[in-house]
Amino acid sequence: MAPLLKVETLSIAFRTRKGEVQALHEVGFEVAPGEVVGVVGESGSGKSVSAYTVIGLLDQAGRITHGGVEYDGKPVAGRQRELRGREISMIFQNPRAALNPIMPVGQQIADVLKRHALAGRTDARAKAIDLLRQVKINDPEERVDSYPFELSGGMCQRVMIALALACSPRLLIADEPTTGLDVTTQKATMDLVRDLTRARGMSVMLITHDLGMAAEYCDRIVVMEKGHVVESAPVAQLFTDPQHPYTQKLIAASPGPRSQLAELTGGIAAPVSIAPPRPREPGPERLLEVVDLVKEFPRRGGGVFGKKPAPFRAVDGIGFQMMRGESLGLVGESGCGKSTTSSIIARLQDATSGAVVFDGQDILQHPSARFARMPERGRIQMVFQDAHDSLDPRWSAAEAIAQPLRRISGLREAAAVTRRVDELAEMVGLPANLLSRYPHQLSGGQKARVGIARAIATDPLLLILDEPTSALDVSVQAVVLQLLDRLRRDLGMSYIFVSHDLNVVRLLCERVIVMNRGRIVETGTAEEVLHAPRDAYTQKLVSAIPHFEPERLRAS
Amino acid sequence: MEKLSRIGGRILQAIPPVFGVIVITFLLTRALPGDPAVFFAGLMADDSTIAQVRAELGLDHSLPVQFLYYLRDLLQGDLGNSLSTGRPVMTELMARLPASLELTLAGLFLSMAVAIPLGVLAATRPGSWIDHLCRLLVTAGVSLPTFFTGLFLIYVFYYLLGWAPSPLGRLDFLYISPPQVTGFYTIDAILVGDWEVFWAALRQMILPAVTLGLFALAPIARMTRAAMLSALSGDYVRAARASGLGSGRILWVYAFRNAALPVLTTLGMVFSFLLGANVLVEKVFSWPGIGSYAIGALVASDYAAVQGFVLCMALLFVVVNLMIDVMLTLIDPRVGLES
Repeated sequence: MAPLLKVETLSIAFRTRKGEVQALHEVGFEVAPGEVVGVVGESGSGKSVSAYTVIGLLDQAGRITHGGVEYDGKPVAGRQRELRGREISMIFQNPRAALNPIMPVGQQIADVLKRHALAGRTDARAKAIDLLRQVKINDPEERVDSYPFELSGGMCQRVMIALALACSPRLLIADEPTTGLDVTTQKATMDLVRDLTRARGMSVMLITHDLGMAAEYCDRIVVMEKGHVVESAPVAQLFTDPQHPYTQKLIAASPGPRSQLAELTGGIAAPVSIAPPRPREPGPERLLEVVDLVKEFPRRGGGVFGKKPAPFRAVDGIGFQMMRGESLGLVGESGCGKSTTSSIIARLQDATSGAVVFDGQDILQHPSARFARMPERGRIQMVFQDAHDSLDPRWSAAEAIAQPLRRISGLREAAAVTRRVDELAEMVGLPANLLSRYPHQLSGGQKARVGIARAIATDPLLLILDEPTSALDVSVQAVVLQLLDRLRRDLGMSYIFVSHDLNVVRLLCERVIVMNRGRIVETGTAEEVLHAPRDAYTQKLVSAIPHFEPERLRAS
Repeated sequence: MEKLSRIGGRILQAIPPVFGVIVITFLLTRALPGDPAVFFAGLMADDSTIAQVRAELGLDHSLPVQFLYYLRDLLQGDLGNSLSTGRPVMTELMARLPASLELTLAGLFLSMAVAIPLGVLAATRPGSWIDHLCRLLVTAGVSLPTFFTGLFLIYVFYYLLGWAPSPLGRLDFLYISPPQVTGFYTIDAILVGDWEVFWAALRQMILPAVTLGLFALAPIARMTRAAMLSALSGDYVRAARASGLGSGRILWVYAFRNAALPVLTTLGMVFSFLLGANVLVEKVFSWPGIGSYAIGALVASDYAAVQGFVLCMALLFVVVNLMIDVMLTLIDPRVGLES
């Protein structure tokens, strides 16, 4: 069968201040009618650039230097404007930003329909409602007048899908369509895309960094690295018999339900410890005890004279214990209260009621503003989700790491600070020559290391890790996870690892707490929770994680 | 309904600043050097006459009591009498306010008419000649003080070329001002169908309006350009392109309407700048507005007139910002929900 889309020896160069940079090197792949092709790669691999070239939305600085794209047997160059929306359409990551914030969603759908002469003034609204119903939005008659900010992220992506499918195109490009959505929402969204496109016999080009998702929803996978296509094969073949070393590395680095931490970097054993386990001063065996913790936020509404609505309970009376040296996973979807809980334990926020007993004393006694100046501040430290945003852009890596040494540990002497910074950098594997660089000059993995070095600078007993790897590429994530595991054993720390990804949590934590709507729904060892979940919500969460199992693929 | 209550809430919020302004103008004029009672009593007055005048003016009471009297007078629309003319300040301000407003609004609209399209064009073609032209024009606009631009324009267009009428007020003395309806000569002239007067009034207004407009060009054009650039690089514009919408609709309906929000906020600020800049421009063009009135009052230490002027300006400022906020609420569904 003739391919619907054919990308042939496509090379793209970008004009930058430092001259032309080659983004794609003779990239070639095909999408057959009705086929779902996954384009997989890490950041900078050129997967999005390929997609934007196909639909003709390449940045003005980008230029095709070689090859081209054919759609339905004819080159697309010069006619993308007619193809867009009608023949090829696209859905994006961050769906809320992809919708016009000041226009009702129904009108945005109607705009597309009218543009392609599929609806007139009289029937546009009815057709928009019908499309919303097709993407399974409840109460489409009401939702048609909603603005994007009134809808959840998952709903916005459904509206985006309705928008993209409005004119029955034959090719859908999905650019990381579920990044930033919860796993259960991700599954619902991707199932919807699969069902709708299958029913219409559409082709899909799915761009993703998540091999698990590609395995679950694609027929064939194209693996890209640094602007090259390194491998292209049907799903079963790619996972059972990967040919290219990069594909092998990527598959190994993606945490699955059974993978081991050491295997993530392709069977190479984790780096050996650089120091013998540090003897810790003795203390109570129970490091942390959280008792009936409640955090309420006032709700908006109720006018000047109206009755105040009941406050929203983000954390609703939770309690758990943690042993010295233990690593505990805190898992749940957005809004479940896991981040609020962790920032209360880290004393960045005050609780409404309850107690947090850390190393024998109730640290909730002190308001968070005062806690920042107490010696206990150094005993609990935090590694933040966004390694980039949590570093001051005007401080070099060395200054960022030195800050807690000066402010909390009270290290004054410049030579001592420098010595300790060098030591910390070595511990986290940050080359010494990078210490003078600023955040924008560092890669994602290097920034994550700076964040970790800064957190362990005060020699904390408890480290709270708030999704520390969610923004990293899988291969970098693998290395950072190994580093964290090694540091915990070397330095005798305890971890609270906050994440939405059970597969990642399992690698690092012995015990897992699953939260939903501010309450703990299940606790147990990581293996138990992942492989034999008891609670209905946990079961839903576990089954929603996209993953690939070579055994199952081999059998099919 | 929800929108109405939000707008109502916003109007309520305007009350505290108005009250604050009233308190401040009251205190400021009391803090001015000089004793008004001595002024009013005249040069020949003796102590008992001065005391009598002081009692008449209510200045022998304590400050809080004086403030209450002041509030009562304000509520009755009484701003006191001008020292230099002896007429009520309220009447004088009301006679001159339309002149200032007409000029300021003309300057603002002129400026918007040039700056907004320029900003949009510059944003759609960053780095092109039109972008550079935009930058040049706005730099010139902010770097030249209004009194200089005003004098320069008079020199070129009135003295050298003779195209403009003499820069002496709102209307050449050959014409009779139109019957007052709005107080804006151009509009009043149209209302009675007197085109000759309309053109005469417009010709008088062109130079001062251009002077003010040049001054306002920079912030509006820069803001439009920046807001358009960020809107055009927004995900929703990219998504609109991907679904094949026409470029005109993307530019004006998707990008520009979103960009209009920060531009509107800027317009509110620019309008208040213009009210300030007006004072000098009115002097240069002998425009009988409240700006030149205020300068005269200030020089003559006419405290009631100064007080009235400050209060009037502050109220205008509050009202304009209120209007802008109401407009924002109507355009942007998110206003008031995020915070």
